Amino acid sequence: MAEPVTAARPVSAGKRSFWTEQRRSRLTAYTFISPFFILFAIFGLYPIFFTIYLSFFKWDALGPMTYVGMKNYDLVTSDPLFWTSFTNTLIMGVMGTVPQLIIALLLAVMLNSALTRFKKTFRVLFFMPNITSIVAVTLVFSTLFGNNGMINWLLNGMGVESMAFNSGWWGVKIAISTMVMWRWTGYNAIIFLSGLQSIPLDLYEAARIDGANRRQQLLYITLPLLKPFIVFVTLISTIGALQLFTEPYVYLGQSGTGSTREEGITMVTYLYSEAFRNGFFGTAAATAVMLFIITIIFSMINMWVSNRMEGDTGGGKA
Amino acid sequence: MSSSSWTQSSKAPGGAGWLSKTAFYVLLVVGALISIFPFYWMFVIATNDRGAVFHIPPLLTIGGEFFNNFQRVLERTDFFQALLNSLFVSSMVTVSVVFFCTLAGYAFAKYEFPFKNALFYFVIATLFVPSQLSVLPTYIIMAKLQWIDTYRALIVPAMVNAFGIFWMRQYAATAVHSELIESGRIDGGGHFRIFWNIAVPVITPAMATLGILNFMNVWNDFFWPLVVLKNSEHFTIQIALQQLFSNRDGLDYGMIMSATFTATLPLLIVFLLFSRWVIAGLTSGAVKS
Repeated sequence: MAEPVTAARPVSAGKRSFWTEQRRSRLTAYTFISPFFILFAIFGLYPIFFTIYLSFFKWDALGPMTYVGMKNYDLVTSDPLFWTSFTNTLIMGVMGTVPQLIIALLLAVMLNSALTRFKKTFRVLFFMPNITSIVAVTLVFSTLFGNNGMINWLLNGMGVESMAFNSGWWGVKIAISTMVMWRWTGYNAIIFLSGLQSIPLDLYEAARIDGANRRQQLLYITLPLLKPFIVFVTLISTIGALQLFTEPYVYLGQSGTGSTREEGITMVTYLYSEAFRNGFFGTAAATAVMLFIITIIFSMINMWVSNRMEGDTGGGKA
Repeated sequence: MSSSSWTQSSKAPGGAGWLSKTAFYVLLVVGALISIFPFYWMFVIATNDRGAVFHIPPLLTIGGEFFNNFQRVLERTDFFQALLNSLFVSSMVTVSVVFFCTLAGYAFAKYEFPFKNALFYFVIATLFVPSQLSVLPTYIIMAKLQWIDTYRALIVPAMVNAFGIFWMRQYAATAVHSELIESGRIDGGGHFRIFWNIAVPVITPAMATLGILNFMNVWNDFFWPLVVLKNSEHFTIQIALQQLFSNRDGLDYGMIMSATFTATLPLLIVFLLFSRWVIAGLTSGAVKS
């Protein structure tokens, strides 16, 4: 990609007055960064606008496009399966994310504690699930969550009845949320850990001298300084949760058409099956647009809550 | 593993009793066991006969059936073809990503040009756009180009990415000293030559990390290959694994797990060898923002 510039230089050598060192260096910089922008324009920006455009048309990806106005949105919002996919995504998002972040924070605090040894070993072990492919994770957990699988065996051992993890309304959601949690808890714990390690130790020293107890140190030093990390991790986890696809698709796919089963269908599964199974690109595009709007709303709620949290701690310090 | 450490934690802040120390380690060890157990379980199921998965009480010992199970994988799919396909796609994407992201990251770190910050923020912002939003039009583009069911459809859109630019910029900003670039200029080196001969040797560690991370990402990718690849001889390893699972004539978990284990092992080894780099790379987004 950089070749045209270097090749162009001897030609322009005659017009040295125009090709000042500054101009040349700017052009080089733009050339160096251009591949990203070209690729993003084609496979990122253009598709976003085209998706919005497409959501007002009826189209099977082959024949002519027919303008239908808001009809795709009407069709999607009046489809009970869409709302099932919406609630499923939210429920599994909460089930998979909330406990995950709490456990991750606890693990990070424990790992960061001065009395923990083997920190490096623990870090590597906690991180291992994250490098496994989601397909592999789903396959392994589908054995654990089988009707006669290990989880039910453990439940029976504790005197609890077996659960239908591969067909029940809650069973499927519990199984899928567990897969998500297993893959991401350690990852988030390590991010929190690096956040904790970035807090200067002398802050705690100073607080101790001022007579702050452990709880106060946690409330007034650790949590406020960790906040950017908490905000980032929550944001990324929320966006990830809204895009949940592979786990339910693979987990419920074993019976052929299973990935649109109501217990586990998510918004992206709905989108995928509208477009690539039913050939309704218009409604799929409308779903994508709605998914995007929901993502923005959730990110904004996220930001709003974290700004309020900032206000509170600020008030507490003053 | 942890018991020997109880006696030596004299650095602990006062007030942490024996009980809380024990509780700490018990919780951490339980967490670590939960993290590793599925890997071990994968291997247990892969090495026992096909009924072993639902044995009660659960079977926890490694058996000798691995090659028999794996034989059934080979009967059903072209497993090694899928491995090679993944290796090819992941390598091509990785080489390209490392090259273009290093180039762009270096430019953002070491050049001055109008709208530099705005463009960089734009790059970062694209990280937060859900990829599903562009799936349909990208699919249509691929159909128009007749790239459906080819590796070009997987490779070309992934050739450079925002995370890589961000990652390389952070590293190049501190690692490449401006005096080095300056002295390269004085010696009459062109811009690309200075990049190649002076900057690249200094930022190789970051490039290697980016390469490993990117390779793992592409290797593990599922959604886009699922959309684009049609013919089973083109399947990447993740699609091939999923296909094994969706076979309807009774789920043969010994077979499935032997394939899953074989497909996971290479990444696991790479991760364990380079764990420090991989962890630093994967968590960098949060740490540096």
